[in-house]
Amino acid sequence: MSQETALQVKNLRVSYMTGDQQVKAVDDVSFSLYPGERLGIVGESGSGKTTLAMALMRLHKPPAYIMGGEAILDGRDILSLGRDQMRQTRWSKLSLIPQGSMNSLNPVIKIKHQMADAIEAHERGWTRGQIAKHIGELLGRVGLPDSVAEMYPHELSGGMKQRVCIALAIILEPSVIIADEPTSALDVVVQRVVMQTLNDVQEQLNAAMIIIGHDMGLMAQSADRLAVMYAGKMVEVSPIASFFKDPQHPYSKLLISSLPSPEEKRELAGIPGSQPSLLDLPSGCAFHPRCPLVVERCTGEIPLLRDFSGDRRAACHLVEEQSS
Amino acid sequence: MKQAYFIRRLVMFFVVVILAATLNFIIPRLAPGDPIGAVLEELRARGASTGGDAEDEIVAAYRARFGLDQPVYVQYLRFLTNTLRFDLGYSISYYPQKVEAALLRALPWTVGLLALSTLISFACGSFFGALMAWPRAPASVNRFVPFFMVLSAVPYYLLGLILLYIFAFVMRLLPLGGAYSSGTIPRLDLDFLLDVIRHGMLPALSIVLTSVGFWALGMRGVMVTVLGEDYLTLAEAKGLPDRRIFFGYAMRNALLPQVTALAIALGTVASGAVLVEVVFNYPGIGWLLYNALRSSDYYMVQGVTFCLILTVAVSVLVVDLIYPLLDPRIER
Repeated sequence: MSQETALQVKNLRVSYMTGDQQVKAVDDVSFSLYPGERLGIVGESGSGKTTLAMALMRLHKPPAYIMGGEAILDGRDILSLGRDQMRQTRWSKLSLIPQGSMNSLNPVIKIKHQMADAIEAHERGWTRGQIAKHIGELLGRVGLPDSVAEMYPHELSGGMKQRVCIALAIILEPSVIIADEPTSALDVVVQRVVMQTLNDVQEQLNAAMIIIGHDMGLMAQSADRLAVMYAGKMVEVSPIASFFKDPQHPYSKLLISSLPSPEEKRELAGIPGSQPSLLDLPSGCAFHPRCPLVVERCTGEIPLLRDFSGDRRAACHLVEEQSS
Repeated sequence: MKQAYFIRRLVMFFVVVILAATLNFIIPRLAPGDPIGAVLEELRARGASTGGDAEDEIVAAYRARFGLDQPVYVQYLRFLTNTLRFDLGYSISYYPQKVEAALLRALPWTVGLLALSTLISFACGSFFGALMAWPRAPASVNRFVPFFMVLSAVPYYLLGLILLYIFAFVMRLLPLGGAYSSGTIPRLDLDFLLDVIRHGMLPALSIVLTSVGFWALGMRGVMVTVLGEDYLTLAEAKGLPDRRIFFGYAMRNALLPQVTALAIALGTVASGAVLVEVVFNYPGIGWLLYNALRSSDYYMVQGVTFCLILTVAVSVLVVDLIYPLLDPRIER
């Protein structure tokens, strides 16, 4: 792909240091993100999705440490920026819709002040009038009345708070938005509407968006591409349509066969076993103990994430052998 | 909604004051001893003539003068109406001085010394406590704050005695006691002010040093919780400067429970510091109470306790009225 990337992550590694052991929560993850694109990242709890998001914002807290890698945003590696440069980069180029948006707004500060301070922190030189006008306009764009600006978070419903977080995320028109399980705290009906709002504002901005979650249905509706994480590694990255039609990695196949389908009534298949402990990963491919197609090579050699058909990538020896 | 809140708080305030006045009436009368008898005892002890044969008549006259000959309920009703008019009666041991006059003379000293030192230690303690929990604070904070925590285990009157010994007795840097040099007349000018500050230094220091640790400890606990909140992560993600996050998001929210504690502390500070005033011979409410208790001066004791309860009630009322401004969630 010759297109300019919005964000390019290369060999990112994040570890948690526990005592004298190093837990690789994000292990050698690379991916590119293009302007206007929505990349879904799915995986079980503990597969490293949120750690990845936090590391990209550089909001990871000890004992988590970035062990290596690059994240190129706007021509610069944000992982090597100084504290103050990183502070300036946050929100103006890279914003976050947090996981627990129910509690992500300060309960004792009015919405308008929580929105205004994001603008003020980045010295855009706007007047108060301009800021107030901008806030009113943003609230309108996410479907909230102007009066919300004067309210406190406890006066809003869960869906409204999430919309405020969306409005907040686009306040400085960033080129990348990271949405960490943006709708997990909402009920299904509100989930759909909020997700639609999020997609709309993202399209208007032509921003790239990373959507983290484990709701495959939501991903199918929103994401353009889907990345599957397993035990800290990306095991498959595919455009959403071909992913659902023809998943390549055995883990992806099992994930899809565990989804209910309205067309055919069948026994839902789970995935046998459970995710391995990151402290004690199996040798070779981390998925091999649960993989129905395991061959001898899987137990000794770690498969790399490789292109296999144009825009698709997978980390599996079998896929590699078939395509070559 | 807002009005209902205000009215409810005001009604509560008056209920507390009347209840307090009632208790205040009952409790001194439960204590053994008779005020007139106590004065007579004291006079006899000094070898003064107590009236000989006419003693009973004199006692009766005094009892009538102070209304002690009336049935209890009459005393009570009279007491209530007088209290509400802030007429607290005559001091028995300083007759014919009025209790409220003595209180008004002592009050500014207590409020000035104790309220000020409490506010100072609240501000310093909360700030240092917040810094202790802040991951990017200078490392030195964690070295000297524990020292204050050790000090908070020392009673302030004891620390007062130690400070008095070192700075006033051995080094002779500061005066031994009182609120101003004897012989000077209280007036509003710089010299007098400096004199008052010199006298207030040691008692204030003993209170501040022993309570900073308490505020710091409380603040650190709340601050740790607040730092783990999602809104702090978002504040940081927004690229806010550290200063704004520390004051506007972390300290701002962690202060809320501290303010409640401050209201109670401000209220009890006057009564709690009786011993400081005694140690430093400071002419405040505590000193007044101490002397009144020693001479069974019913009316003075009642006046002082009423005054103390009033300070608790007033400071709780003030905080109740301010709190909705600090935390908009409280008003419901």
